[in-house]
Amino acid sequence: MNRRRTQFLIFSGSILLAFLLQLTPLPQAIIVLKPYWLALVLVYWAIETPDRVGLGFAFLLGLVADVLTGQLLGEQSLRLLVMIFIVLRFRSRLRFFPIGQQTLAILALLLNDRIVVLMVRGFSGDPMPSMGFWIGPVIGMIAWPFIFLLLDDLRARMRAKET
Amino acid sequence: MPLASPDKVSLFAEGAVSTLRLIAYLTMAMIIMVIDHRGGYLIGLRNAASAIVEPAYRVAAMPSEVAKAGRLAIATQSHLVDENRNLREALLLAQARLNRMSALVAQNDRLKKLLDVQKDLGLGVQLARLIDIDLDPFRHRVVLDAGSQQSIVVGQPVLDAHGVMGQIVEVLPNTSVAMLVTDPTHAIPVMVERTGLRTIAYGTGSIDRLQLPNVPISADVKVGDLLVTSGLGGRFPAGFPVGEILDVSNDESGMFAAAIARPAAALDRSGEVLLLQDLPQPMGPPAPTPVQSEATGLPAASDPPGSGNRP
Repeated sequence: MNRRRTQFLIFSGSILLAFLLQLTPLPQAIIVLKPYWLALVLVYWAIETPDRVGLGFAFLLGLVADVLTGQLLGEQSLRLLVMIFIVLRFRSRLRFFPIGQQTLAILALLLNDRIVVLMVRGFSGDPMPSMGFWIGPVIGMIAWPFIFLLLDDLRARMRAKET
Repeated sequence: MPLASPDKVSLFAEGAVSTLRLIAYLTMAMIIMVIDHRGGYLIGLRNAASAIVEPAYRVAAMPSEVAKAGRLAIATQSHLVDENRNLREALLLAQARLNRMSALVAQNDRLKKLLDVQKDLGLGVQLARLIDIDLDPFRHRVVLDAGSQQSIVVGQPVLDAHGVMGQIVEVLPNTSVAMLVTDPTHAIPVMVERTGLRTIAYGTGSIDRLQLPNVPISADVKVGDLLVTSGLGGRFPAGFPVGEILDVSNDESGMFAAAIARPAAALDRSGEVLLLQDLPQPMGPPAPTPVQSEATGLPAASDPPGSGNRP
């Protein structure tokens, strides 16, 4: 029971942290470099504990993110839904990819996410963003191994402490 | 539970999640988006959730606050002395200008009384601080630490010491969101100060550029010309600096000259901003004037800001 609780703490803590990182500012010069933290963390949990992260969870989390950032309600829901669906569909393969290959898969996911954003903005009549828009996924790809190893290590430690 | 039972999961099976659920959720997301786009319910929802949203903003701004405090703590004394001297000089200069201005205001007031003008342009301002968070790098919005409880309303112009920064687009109880003049969806009516030519400056999405895409090709616009607000459109009062022309060239069609300007306000640096309280052109009949106990020369300065000017 205790173990479940620590697991849950790591899970909810990492998602809260992702929300805060998403809002935390960067210096103006490198502002476009910010990766989509929320998606990265959510993808990790979808790969590792898919019983927690379903489509409904992604949908709700997206709504919360939209309320926080005050854009179009439902935009991030759609983005996270598409992402989590692909991850869950290919989960059994993604899990056993070596880390390099996994990282490339993440890049593809994040690029796909950008295309979804462009579609939503196109339909809602927003102006198209600048070229810097496409840098985010690359930074997200670079950040992925660190997030993956960090969270994996954290969970492994907790498990070791229990036994 | 989205998982099928373990014995059914294979590496290449459809298994894990069903497409039907995806389609249901996607439809739901799309319906929400369309409804929100048409009706703008998000602002109401954000207002209802402001008890969570606002603390989240404060927490997210904390790292940069800490960094700022740290930088201040390790700043050398000579640096601070320098800064202090510069500020003193700037204050002196501003004070001198202000003294001249108050003489002019008094004169203007007298002249206006002669002309029987009812309304005067009292300049009520309110100070607010930026909360340093980033809602979306591709939309130029900033969050301010004053909201409807501090009587902020949508549409108020936001200024800094150097010029116009933008306008309030959304108000929560204790915070508000302002759109900067460089946001791609923002446009501001401007006037070239030297010649009086009126045009519109659009945001470009990059923080140090404005564009003026429809200047007549024969118009007299030069590099270095200052742009000020023209006061048309009734949102920004006239005469505040907006930017400086950096470049003038022909647009693709050859029908117009396209100019690029640099915003006057320090959009990426300002910590404190001013919110203008009086919208420039009050609509409708003037409010009944309260009985004045003593006749002062400056009614604009003696009124509490924002109390007497709005019906």
